[in-house]
Amino acid sequence: MEFLSDIASLINSTLRISTPLVFAAMAGIFAERSGVIDFSLEGKMLMAAFVAAVGSYFLGNPWLGLLLAIIACVSLSMLHGFASVTYKGDQVVSCVAINILIIGLTTALAAAWFGQAGLTPTLNEDQRFLEVNLPFAESLRDVPIIGTIYSDILSGHYIFVYLAYLSVPLVFWVVFKTSFGLRLRAVGENPSAVDTAGINVFAMRYKALAINGVLIAFAGAHLSTAVNANFFREMSAGRGYLALAAMIFGKWHPKTALVACLLFGFTDALQIRLQGVELPAIGEIPVQLIQAIPYVLTVVLLAGFVGKAIAPNAIGQPYIKER
Amino acid sequence: MVSPILELTNINKSFGHVHANKNINLTINKGTIHGIIGENGAGKSTLMSIVFGLYQANSGTIKVNGKEINLRSPKDSIINGIGMVHQHFMLVENFTVLENIILGFEGELVFGKNLEKAKKDLKDLCDTYKLNIDLNSTISDLSVGFRQRVEILKSLYRGAEILILDEPTGVLTPQEVDELFKILRSLKEEGKTIVLITHKLIEIMDLTSEVSVMRQGEMVGHTKTENTNKEQLAEMMVGRSVLLRLDKSEVKAGEILFSVKNLTVKDDLDVTRVKNVDLEIRSGEILGLAGVTGNGQTELLEALSGIRKVESGEIYLEGKKVSDSQNFLDPRELKDKGLAHVPEDRQRMGLVTDFKAYENLIFGYHDQQPFSKSSVLNHRDIISHSKKIMEEYDVRPQSPNLITSNFSGGNQQKIILSRELNENPKVLLVGQPTRGVDIGAIEFIHQRLIDMRDRGAAILLVSVELDEVLSLSDRIVVMFDGKIVGEKDNKNVTDRELGLLMAGVV
Repeated sequence: MEFLSDIASLINSTLRISTPLVFAAMAGIFAERSGVIDFSLEGKMLMAAFVAAVGSYFLGNPWLGLLLAIIACVSLSMLHGFASVTYKGDQVVSCVAINILIIGLTTALAAAWFGQAGLTPTLNEDQRFLEVNLPFAESLRDVPIIGTIYSDILSGHYIFVYLAYLSVPLVFWVVFKTSFGLRLRAVGENPSAVDTAGINVFAMRYKALAINGVLIAFAGAHLSTAVNANFFREMSAGRGYLALAAMIFGKWHPKTALVACLLFGFTDALQIRLQGVELPAIGEIPVQLIQAIPYVLTVVLLAGFVGKAIAPNAIGQPYIKER
Repeated sequence: MVSPILELTNINKSFGHVHANKNINLTINKGTIHGIIGENGAGKSTLMSIVFGLYQANSGTIKVNGKEINLRSPKDSIINGIGMVHQHFMLVENFTVLENIILGFEGELVFGKNLEKAKKDLKDLCDTYKLNIDLNSTISDLSVGFRQRVEILKSLYRGAEILILDEPTGVLTPQEVDELFKILRSLKEEGKTIVLITHKLIEIMDLTSEVSVMRQGEMVGHTKTENTNKEQLAEMMVGRSVLLRLDKSEVKAGEILFSVKNLTVKDDLDVTRVKNVDLEIRSGEILGLAGVTGNGQTELLEALSGIRKVESGEIYLEGKKVSDSQNFLDPRELKDKGLAHVPEDRQRMGLVTDFKAYENLIFGYHDQQPFSKSSVLNHRDIISHSKKIMEEYDVRPQSPNLITSNFSGGNQQKIILSRELNENPKVLLVGQPTRGVDIGAIEFIHQRLIDMRDRGAAILLVSVELDEVLSLSDRIVVMFDGKIVGEKDNKNVTDRELGLLMAGVV
């Protein structure tokens, strides 16, 4: 039973740790399917974490904090669009600029408003999201197998965890089953074909970026108003880049990107779990070695198991109509 | 009864300092096939892009069925019944035919009822015009000819009454051209109006009932096709009289200068693209290699010029073995032995387009006297050499200091040709010498190649333009799927026969 509950808690943390990655990967799919590179997932996630924490602190409601985070991230996406879609600047440069700007901006604003470098005040229970216990979770706990799955794995997560996994089929449906999705995919593959079909290429890319902003805001709010109760300096810690990598492993497809996110989440959960554990015959593994697991696994998977990733054909190229 | 369906009045369009369309007037009658001819850069495509709403004119009016319309985007054109098949197809390659056609005209937010109706409507259209397209196939799996049909079907589905085709035959085999013309004639019979943009005079004579000629951004003439001929049209296009048929002396073939035995070559993806090819070229003859793009010609040329490794087989220059799978000479060593190469893709392999003309004019020979002495370039001699050679080869403008990408396609080609021919090579390999080159420059380039041959060079001409192969070559071989599938003497062969060979039918 000890073993089973270990597994359950490992899966439980995998779901939690993967959540911001899933939101960010889905956000990335919208931007990149439309032909706009989005390295700025990292910066936007950090911005969302900051705005959600600050908004929630001042307004006393985490939902209002989330709303402000959405507004902030959509604005950043529009800024990216303005530079790289309307003014045809280099998309990577625009993203890097956003990332650097946000690291400095969040730290400076936190210092100015709260007197602590890069730290916001701790949120109380009213100001943050709490864990959601699914109905009957307690009464089902002792039922074998089902109880473990339902009560220990599925129940007791933050709302964002559920939203993240619900977003995947939704994104799939939008991208592959609607006319918006058809246009989205087309504009990232061959914008000229979209233009000659009488659709505004620029408007399509802005719409995709707006959705991207909404989704990435959830990832940031999850970090600062759910799993943590405040914002701290550089708290996104590379998750935006990791999500981008997961999206590329997943070949710009929501289902496979989800698998890649879960894999990253799992290796991270495993790494935390294995620290200080005595393994039979081996003894305690040095912590540095354990912390290397996710990265080693990433390299192995990248080299061996993921086929050639084919990016949308027109990615990174601003659309220029007239010669 | 003739009624105009499309009327353009005083259309002007500039791109920066380039005045691409100057006061264009054009009337197109309903139910006709109307040809528009002109050289590359004459402004034909620009004009039609304006009609399709892709570009906006600086001034002028456009009337459809007598009513003035304002075209701000292709959407406005499509609503007014104008469709366009672009030279570079506007298709999403990893989409299905169906997805490409409904794009922008889905008629519903979530796919469902309308999609089924679209499938049915498209099947009916396919039947009416005998298009024979499978709606579920992916574009990247389709041949160029079929992709073009998808474009036509797309326009018809969107309700086109006027169909504009921009250089539709450039990438087709003769058989595919026949099929296309059949489709266009049946469209005409159903009452559609067709505008055919081309620089091929033979197509104008074959298909159209009226023709308009453009030159340097201006409309220089309109006429009924039955009242004109090829010579007259060519003269209008170029602004001077043009020799359409080459004056070529009898072939005086000498000894074998270049030969290939049992050559096999693989491409970068390790796919065998050239299969057991044998070739012999004699001094004083032009061997034409015909074939549809992508049948191994590119890899063959690269192997022969030393750029690509030989998988098996041998290459001989003047009877001496220069390359096999073990030992091979690189392009420089081949060059030193008298082999020159004019590559197919001039902008990728023939030129550094960001360099100045004089730099490209000496490239490959830059370490020779008098261009350099002890590794230092001799600027003055290079410039005077460049000026001389640019005059000789009529490169316009004659400014050695101009960046190469600012020259037109024809003049870029002349830069490469002058560089390679100036060394008087014994063997010349030429790929697509006149792709994207104006009719006036084509005449010049062809004449130069004939001169080379008459001076005793052995020339291999690789071209997808069948007319070119026919008019220049002394012997013709056809390549299909990496193999030489036929050899013909130029005296008794028709384009029909070659077309069948090119399509792999016989």
